[in-house]
Amino acid sequence: MNKGKGKITKVSGPLIIAENIPGARMADVVRVGEQKLIGEIIEIRGKDASIQVYEETSGLGPEDPVETTGLPLSVELAPGLLGTIFDGIQRPLAAIEKESGAFIGRGIEVPALDRKKKWEFKATAQKGNKVKTGDILGTVQETSLIVHKIMVPEEVEGEITDIKSGNFTIEETVAEIQGAQQLHKINMIQKSPVRKRRPLKSKIAVSEPLITGQRIIDTLFTIGIGGTACIPGPFGSGKTVVQHQLAKWANVDIVVFVGCGERGNEMTDVLLEFPKLKDPKSGKPLMERTIMIANTSNMPIAAREASVYTGATIAEYYRDMGYNVALMADSTSRWAEALREMSGRLEEMPGEEGYPAYLGTRLAEFYERSGIGLCQASEERKGSLSIIGSVSPPGGDLSEPVVQNTLRVVKVFWGLDYKLAHKRHFPAINWLLSYSLYLNNIKKYLKEKVSPEFEGLRIETMQLLQRESELEEIVRLVGLESLSEHDQLIMLTTKSIREDFLYQSAFDPVDQYSTLSKQYLLLKTILFFHSLAKKALSEGKELSSIEKIRSRQLIAKARFIPEDEVEARIKELEEQIKSEFKSL
Amino acid sequence: MQKEYRSVTEISGPLILVNQVEGVKYDELVEIEMPSGKLRSGKVLEISTDTALIQVFEGTEGLDIGLTKIRFKGKSLEIPVAKEMMGRVFNGLGKPIDGAPDILPEKSLDINGEPINPYARDYPNDFIQTGISSIDGLNTLSRGQKLPIFSGAGLPHSQLAAQIAHQATVLKKGESFAVVFAAMGITFEEAEFFMESFRETGAIENAVLFINLASDPAIERIATPRVALTCAEFLAFEKDTHVLVILTDMTNYCESLREVSAARKEVPGRRGYPGYLYTDLAMLYERAGRIKGKKGSITTIPILTMPEDDKTHPIPDLTGYITEGQLILSRELHRKGIYPPMDVMPSLSRLKDKGIGAHKTREDHSDLSNQLFAAYARGRDVRELMVVLGEGALNDVDKQFLRFADEFEDQYIRQGVSDNRTVFETLDLGWKLLAQLPREELKRVKQSEIDKYMPKESK
Ligand SMILES: Nc1ncnc2c1ncn2[C@@H]1O[C@H](COP(=O)(O)OP(=O)(O)OP(=O)(O)O)[C@@H](O)[C@H]1O
Ligand SMILES: [Mg+2]
Repeated sequence: MNKGKGKITKVSGPLIIAENIPGARMADVVRVGEQKLIGEIIEIRGKDASIQVYEETSGLGPEDPVETTGLPLSVELAPGLLGTIFDGIQRPLAAIEKESGAFIGRGIEVPALDRKKKWEFKATAQKGNKVKTGDILGTVQETSLIVHKIMVPEEVEGEITDIKSGNFTIEETVAEIQGAQQLHKINMIQKSPVRKRRPLKSKIAVSEPLITGQRIIDTLFTIGIGGTACIPGPFGSGKTVVQHQLAKWANVDIVVFVGCGERGNEMTDVLLEFPKLKDPKSGKPLMERTIMIANTSNMPIAAREASVYTGATIAEYYRDMGYNVALMADSTSRWAEALREMSGRLEEMPGEEGYPAYLGTRLAEFYERSGIGLCQASEERKGSLSIIGSVSPPGGDLSEPVVQNTLRVVKVFWGLDYKLAHKRHFPAINWLLSYSLYLNNIKKYLKEKVSPEFEGLRIETMQLLQRESELEEIVRLVGLESLSEHDQLIMLTTKSIREDFLYQSAFDPVDQYSTLSKQYLLLKTILFFHSLAKKALSEGKELSSIEKIRSRQLIAKARFIPEDEVEARIKELEEQIKSEFKSL
Repeated sequence: MQKEYRSVTEISGPLILVNQVEGVKYDELVEIEMPSGKLRSGKVLEISTDTALIQVFEGTEGLDIGLTKIRFKGKSLEIPVAKEMMGRVFNGLGKPIDGAPDILPEKSLDINGEPINPYARDYPNDFIQTGISSIDGLNTLSRGQKLPIFSGAGLPHSQLAAQIAHQATVLKKGESFAVVFAAMGITFEEAEFFMESFRETGAIENAVLFINLASDPAIERIATPRVALTCAEFLAFEKDTHVLVILTDMTNYCESLREVSAARKEVPGRRGYPGYLYTDLAMLYERAGRIKGKKGSITTIPILTMPEDDKTHPIPDLTGYITEGQLILSRELHRKGIYPPMDVMPSLSRLKDKGIGAHKTREDHSDLSNQLFAAYARGRDVRELMVVLGEGALNDVDKQFLRFADEFEDQYIRQGVSDNRTVFETLDLGWKLLAQLPREELKRVKQSEIDKYMPKESK
């Protein structure tokens, strides 16, 4: 009866063991039980295969059939990805809702992408062109914001013998390529195994900042385009808000947001909010550049493990078209826990805190999928993928394995601090703890595009903040009055740096995003005030009179100045500061 | 079709091992007949070719090898549900214990439920007035939110939960409301306190109670919140009811989970709790929410007592990682005699910003609460400073903040157990307290808001 099928011998949560599956290969996708639940082979020993099942396994038992699909876990890549929300194994949640209602049933089979929809394909290559993997055959206007490039798939090379513009479904042939051995019929859909990196032809060094509009990030701890960053922090410290801010405002072309083992409502939030938000550059809805992968904490844990790879592969695909892509993974700790869970059930030797010994390797492999460089193609086409992962350490303890292994591979560290969060100082990124290793890479860019003084301001700011923490120690022991007036002035200035510059509300329509030039002007004003105040002190003026200067209050409100007025109003403010100091 | 086995080969802690079974499915419900003829229930935790590992809800005392009979029921644990469950009391597995007859089921539902499709969710942005300033003003609760109370032994979390349950029932016309209450391992007195307060306020008619007391079987507790949430889902999404679910005490639930994990000899995570504690808790907490196109909602308030008041203990820690904020009770405030002893600094409602503002509460709500936080934080810093350096080290502004912090605790946080403040009263109280601070220190509120809402008589 079950010819061509193996059978289950053991079920333990999301892990099952099956024997004698004909054609079983490591990492291939299998169908489990009568409901044909989706699973993946993660270990083979003799006739036994261990399988992680991407759906709830309740009701499975020994003797139930298992058959292999003969294919590794893959994603479908074609027009129709943008604006869509998928689960961890790329099943569209909207289609699942249609099938099974508000609650996710099991054994639902829905194609990742619409097979019936016609897209307008515009051929850009011509008959007779010699093409190879990655070369662009034509384009499809996928959303009003993004042009989807139809590329020659992997392992195809040859001469175009036929190509036509027109309206096609993703499965209809749009071009034919005569290879050395065979004629390839090319349609608009590609399949790509998720666990395998889609390689760049060559990587180049990061040289531009990924502009996020978040002042503490862009000014102090910049991430580069094609770079990596991590945001560790205890619960409620602001990881998700930072990730959402980046997804909204980062100057990239495409955003892939992976909600990995986190809250359902957070995904709903994005779904409801992004269509209403406008891309600052084009004025188009942000949803048109966004792809979401949602495998929330209550969805099957094995699919959570897969979700980051599903996201990475889709992100790489758009990068290959020559786009700047950002991938946000919230939270990588939940992914690591899924790994630990499966490892435990496989009875592997546990490493630190029960995580498998290969945790570090897996994390490194994941972040290594980032980078900027030349895409696979005959032409010179640059694309990039930046990866930002949040980490949720138990008890906020940064010494735990996921944080430590992540820090080994990422170049930017935004350490969230619960003390700042409790004081409602947001983003609660601790400025003494955090770092960016891209500051040298982007020096030239900032100098040319923003101001030659930008770097100097940043260095001075960091020095002041460093000094503040030393002074705070003293104040705690002997009180503010014991400080010299100069040191008290430093405390006054750093307070302004913290409250009027680093503090940034994610919910205020103006404050939530600052251009680099606004960031520069705000910081410049604060430090300008500081320099005049220093001078005044050394000329014998009293600190208490400096404290009373009215323009201080204007500095405090400057972050609410709309972008188009910033330059003029900051200029006025500077004049006012000057004149107030004169009449001190 | 239903076969009976007498092949129990091992009994260990809450688990039994049965051999030579056939056709058994993972997660299947099991009926266990004890040598005495009494029935117990269990579920299949693991199944291999002919051996099933079973977790027994009512515990394994009295079971033996040889006489104990095992029957597999061919389905997972289900409970009968009906609208008429309101006003009734059940045990931790959903069996009536109030002496009244069994309910007439409208349906039978799997207690594990199914995950809500994130695409089908509607965002919880409907403000719920609890009448408690430290919640409504600073950490507002929204319909469909999951907001736990982190408490400690001896703190008045039950009182607070009961007050919320009572006062939150103020509703728009034509909406129905229910409280689903799940007790896990709490004392008889605590359970009695809740029932009494429900009775007193008349809430009992709209309440469904699931009671597993400290003296009841510990493993049963693993099922109790699932049973309660299944009932809540039925009332919310099939009967258009706004349901408030109170789960207390989650710490006891987690202990039971740890017991099972230890008996299975699993690799333990932090402090011996299983590595899957996060996921297990998420399966419960994520059942809260709203669904597009449905009138009802599930708002969940889990209560947990933090061992040694330690917020980094795995139970509060993992809960905080799943829920949409947390209300933390402070032993210090409790000692000062302040009720509710809400530790507002580390407390947080993440859905606050979307549930308040013009049209929902009032336009100034968000800025005002930020300002109150900032001012209170500063006042507490000053208080700490004073402890080290004495009052002499404080300047005038410091002293104003110190006084603000004291009055804030005394007037804003403190309120009576039946003091039900409207959100507007709460907001005005906030402005009144802020009025004693220097204007230039109020950086989080806009000038226009000060002009409009700050009491005029103050300078
Ligand atoms: N930039 C910000 N501006 C204003 N409020 C913020 C900001 N960042 C965070 N918050 C506040 O902090 C709350 C918690 O933030 P968030 O949900 O991002 O935490 P998290 O670190 O992701 O927590 P978890 O690990 O539990 O998911 C938010 O709901 C919001 O109230
Ligand atoms: Mg988060």
